[in-house]
Amino acid sequence: MHDRPVDPVPTQTLEAFADTIIPGVKRFPGDRAISGVAAEDGAVAAGALAVLADPALGLADALNGMAGMLNMHAGDYARKHVVRLDPTVPAFVALSFDERTALVQELTDPSHPEREVWFGAALFCTMAFDSAPHMSTKDALAQGHPGLALIGFATPEPDGLWRFPRFSYERALADPHPDTTSTGSPA
Amino acid sequence: MSATEKFDVVVVGSGFGGAITAYHLAAGGASVLVLERGPWLTGEDFDHDFKLGSSYTRIFDFTVGDGMSVLAGNCVGGGSVVYFATMPRAPGFVFERHGSIGRRMWPASIDRAALDPWYDLVSEALPVTRQDWRDVPYAGGLFAAACAHAGRTANPVPSAIDKPKCTNCNWMMAGCKFDAKRSLLLNYLPAAVAHGAEIRPLHEVQRLSRTGDGDYLVHYNVVDDTDYRLSGPGGTVEAKLVVLAAGAGATPVILQRSEAELGAMPHAVGRYFSGNGERLNTAVINDERAREVLGLDRGDGQAYGAHQIGKGPCVATWDKLDPTLPEYSRFSLEQLYFPPGLGTILAQAPGATGPTWFGREKKDMLREWQSWLTVFAMTEDDNEGVFGPPPATGNAERIAQQMLGRGALSYQPTDNTRRGWAQSDADVKDILERDGIARVMPWSNDLVGAYTVHPLSSCRIGDDPRTSALDDRHELRGHPGIFVTDGSAVPGALTVNPALTIAALAERAVPGLVRAAQRRGVKVTYGAPSPSAAPAEAVAGRG
Repeated sequence: MHDRPVDPVPTQTLEAFADTIIPGVKRFPGDRAISGVAAEDGAVAAGALAVLADPALGLADALNGMAGMLNMHAGDYARKHVVRLDPTVPAFVALSFDERTALVQELTDPSHPEREVWFGAALFCTMAFDSAPHMSTKDALAQGHPGLALIGFATPEPDGLWRFPRFSYERALADPHPDTTSTGSPA
Repeated sequence: MSATEKFDVVVVGSGFGGAITAYHLAAGGASVLVLERGPWLTGEDFDHDFKLGSSYTRIFDFTVGDGMSVLAGNCVGGGSVVYFATMPRAPGFVFERHGSIGRRMWPASIDRAALDPWYDLVSEALPVTRQDWRDVPYAGGLFAAACAHAGRTANPVPSAIDKPKCTNCNWMMAGCKFDAKRSLLLNYLPAAVAHGAEIRPLHEVQRLSRTGDGDYLVHYNVVDDTDYRLSGPGGTVEAKLVVLAAGAGATPVILQRSEAELGAMPHAVGRYFSGNGERLNTAVINDERAREVLGLDRGDGQAYGAHQIGKGPCVATWDKLDPTLPEYSRFSLEQLYFPPGLGTILAQAPGATGPTWFGREKKDMLREWQSWLTVFAMTEDDNEGVFGPPPATGNAERIAQQMLGRGALSYQPTDNTRRGWAQSDADVKDILERDGIARVMPWSNDLVGAYTVHPLSSCRIGDDPRTSALDDRHELRGHPGIFVTDGSAVPGALTVNPALTIAALAERAVPGLVRAAQRRGVKVTYGAPSPSAAPAEAVAGRG
């Protein structure tokens, strides 16, 4: 996939962002990127970073810059709220889950000039979780993708296509509008 | 360099406005070229897959603006390939709307009765058929039952779906793999091709100019088939008549870019955009209450739990389509489905104490996704949208390889529109929160502003030159030989799904187009039979 080495600072930072959007379980003791407020896998485990870096989205070259901006905003947040940050991890990673959440709310507020960037990043993290757009849906389901499993997305038929032969209560459940025309439209 | 190609008619866009006019003009003997900026996909190309680069991203555009995001088709067949095929006729009172211009927005020559014969023609061609309660999926049935419980009426909505072929898979926005959804690929487009029309995909028209002898030059780019951000100059085509049908998000932009060479455009070009007053709410259904209160049972232990199953909107309630109610307070409500991915981000978790659209409580709401019911409101907005200066090419600055872009549309809802939204939100709550059936929250309008899948009115017909870009024959004021037949021609929000109305208006415009073509020296007649007689298999284009 990537030729460049994986830089831990932007990686951890973006993982922490993704975890704020759809939180998950810590992957290992000492996992600082994931806060661990959830009992099941979240956006990180669902592949948020793979989605953000997917060439189709056109963001791959911007990710390091985005991580840098996010840490800058986290530093500003910490100064404003008099929060002491652990200097051994990126600033956004050093924030608690609630602090990260508050910052993301600020960055996505209608009045924030960078709202589009951060909403877009949040959108892709959510998409990673509930639709796994970095892989074929059939494969994702077969591999037990955590988001598709959590939302209960039904599996396809053996040919990889979805069909629901039983789909209706098959009875009238309301009276139609009295002025309905002969073609079934409103008058 | 070869001589410029010449056609009698160039049609820009292959959705309803383009396909219908292309068919009739080709069948009538004109030489017709259809330039479509999207790719050409048919049944076997449609994927049941969320992977980026699958059909749903190839054929679908999400254009973010300032206060309004527009979702639209981007392929041969246009909106008809991605739509939910919900096809009601517009109620009579819609044609009497004044909006904020102090006079009837629609031309005097058009009302429901005048449009009915054209609605009939389209309904025969696609075809549009009524839905039986046995066709209505669980989500629609539940919505109907909740409406009845709240003392409302509810109707299965007529649709352009071949019910026996439909698998209720809800993959409609990716194109119908089973050819059950009646897109234009199955009727008007193959019929146009059979009569000699040529369709060129990945050809994006940028602007028009004039030749020395009063004909038009259509300037197009060629778009890369995978990375739509890559496009380069393609060429020009000469035409005696141009039909613009690029959609309400794109037609005005082409005209804006043409103004320098064609001369001043009517004031209404790129103004009065309407998003059809659209609004979404998500209800999280309490399965036990659905059983106890509504008496619903799937027969497998669940009352509902069927969000994923269906074929788009199937049931609507029309009680508020009441001609005695004041303008801006009328609307229809429809049960709907949007897939995961784009369809969940704006949904807000009911009762959340923290953030509503992300975080822990949003995740908890996603856990109940199969118990979601999405309700769509189409209200009367105030034609607030305005297009700013156009981007360098196309109608958007593309961000991702496919699907996502940033456009120049700006939209700030007036109090009239906000009131209509508040009323429709309250109505959805009243229906679905009764007796604990569900908890309801609207989609957030804070994140991308308003959104629409039915862009309209940005180059509209009317009788008043100050507030309409086209006369009632759909000709562009001050620019004879340029016609507009897409959703941008519709004067205002329709309170129902617009496709059938857009198509009927296009059919109605054809005789006038034929006369205009004849006056410009084109050998063409009117009177081709309905394309329902065309072969049932979609025509595939390659290259």
